Amino acid sequence: MEQDIKIYITDREGVTHDIDAPTDMNMNLMEVVRSYELAPEGTIGICGGMAMCASCQCYIESEHELPEMSDDEEAMLAEAFNVKDTSRLGCQLHISRKMDGLKVTLAPEE
Amino acid sequence: MIQTDILIIGAGPTGLFAVFEAGLLKLKCHLIDALPQPGGQCAEIYPKKPIYDIPAFPEVLAGDLVDNLMKQIEPFQPGFTLGERADTIEKLEDGSFVVTTNKGTKHNAPIVAIAGGLGSFEPRKPQLENLSYYEDNGLAYMIKDPEVYRDKKVVIAGGGDSALDWSIFLADVASEVTLVHRRNEFRGALDSVEKVQELKNEGKIKLITPAEIVALEGANKLDAVQVKRGEEVTRLEVDAFIALFGLAPKLGPIADWGLEIEKNAIKVDNSLDYQTNIPGIYAIGDVNTYPGKLKLILCGFHEATLMCQSAYQRIFPDKRYVMKYTTVGGVTGFDGSKKEAPKAVVKAIE
Repeated sequence: MEQDIKIYITDREGVTHDIDAPTDMNMNLMEVVRSYELAPEGTIGICGGMAMCASCQCYIESEHELPEMSDDEEAMLAEAFNVKDTSRLGCQLHISRKMDGLKVTLAPEE
Repeated sequence: MIQTDILIIGAGPTGLFAVFEAGLLKLKCHLIDALPQPGGQCAEIYPKKPIYDIPAFPEVLAGDLVDNLMKQIEPFQPGFTLGERADTIEKLEDGSFVVTTNKGTKHNAPIVAIAGGLGSFEPRKPQLENLSYYEDNGLAYMIKDPEVYRDKKVVIAGGGDSALDWSIFLADVASEVTLVHRRNEFRGALDSVEKVQELKNEGKIKLITPAEIVALEGANKLDAVQVKRGEEVTRLEVDAFIALFGLAPKLGPIADWGLEIEKNAIKVDNSLDYQTNIPGIYAIGDVNTYPGKLKLILCGFHEATLMCQSAYQRIFPDKRYVMKYTTVGGVTGFDGSKKEAPKAVVKAIE
């Protein structure tokens, strides 16, 4: 569909999926992962998308310009495990046109 | 042994509302929850956040929703076993169940309703070598008795409210308190952050940021930790290390109760009564799954209501009953209280 963008998501098993993500459904990256069942339910988006757990942590593998981190996201990542410089919380990344072609890898389950 | 009609595992909104619906049917409830207070996620994770999809509440804070539920179920005098995790279940010859907690508290009921949400909240553990070796041997994830730390050298790690609050509290108890956090900023109540700053200035708390504990040392018990700040690793002699990295939910021991599990949730019969594959055990709210399941509080309320009707029929198979509206029947509490709609006044106008 016209409003869809491409996102390349590498799951926790190392398999890369070529995903069509809608920009008109007010979705975030964590929800896209769940809608395509790329991680088992109950292991991702546990807090529901409030930046209060780090179950949707992912590593950004492309050079896209992404929205800045909120204080909540920064604080949560400061307490999370397996954090890298490229870490973001999927629930805080609202799907937009600017993300077309984005490459991300899901962080391991804690 | 605690005896009740419906034993509810999990005191979140769904479990609490089940007490009300059971009460209307004159069934008594007892709730077990791993957290020290009722309310589940609403009370523990986001009490100050608004919820917008509770029918007839355009906006309600999660904490207020819990307070309202507690008030609503008060007439039905529910029992609570808080701060304990339901660990094992056993079926007796009479068909009833005995659920035992991790602290050995036993509960007996003909009906068990699992309203466990995402599971019980367990401390998040840092990823360090030999972690289990030092658990309860200098390393702790929660503080049960602060007196244990009197005149001891304590290092606390974490950046949230509990790390701040315990650093403040232990500053007067322990001989030395060091707070280690990965960032310079702390996520906590403003007055706690200011108090820690004050105690740091007074030399009562040592603050090491941005830094993290990278190793634990000690032959028989914890003697020291290694703290990494930038590229530099220093050794800090301590008697105790308290890692306060928040809580994460785990389905936990319930996963071993012989229930059918799918997608980290308990499969139930949604066409009928939310019963699991074990007759007499129901699962309601976020903990269950069925085709089309939505993890919403409002769905949990609905599931709790149908579960109670089914439970009543299981307990009293020979009794006839039809659902009664509260507006018609009122609410008669086990405490003798009675709420009912005011009667219409019939009077002639002359």
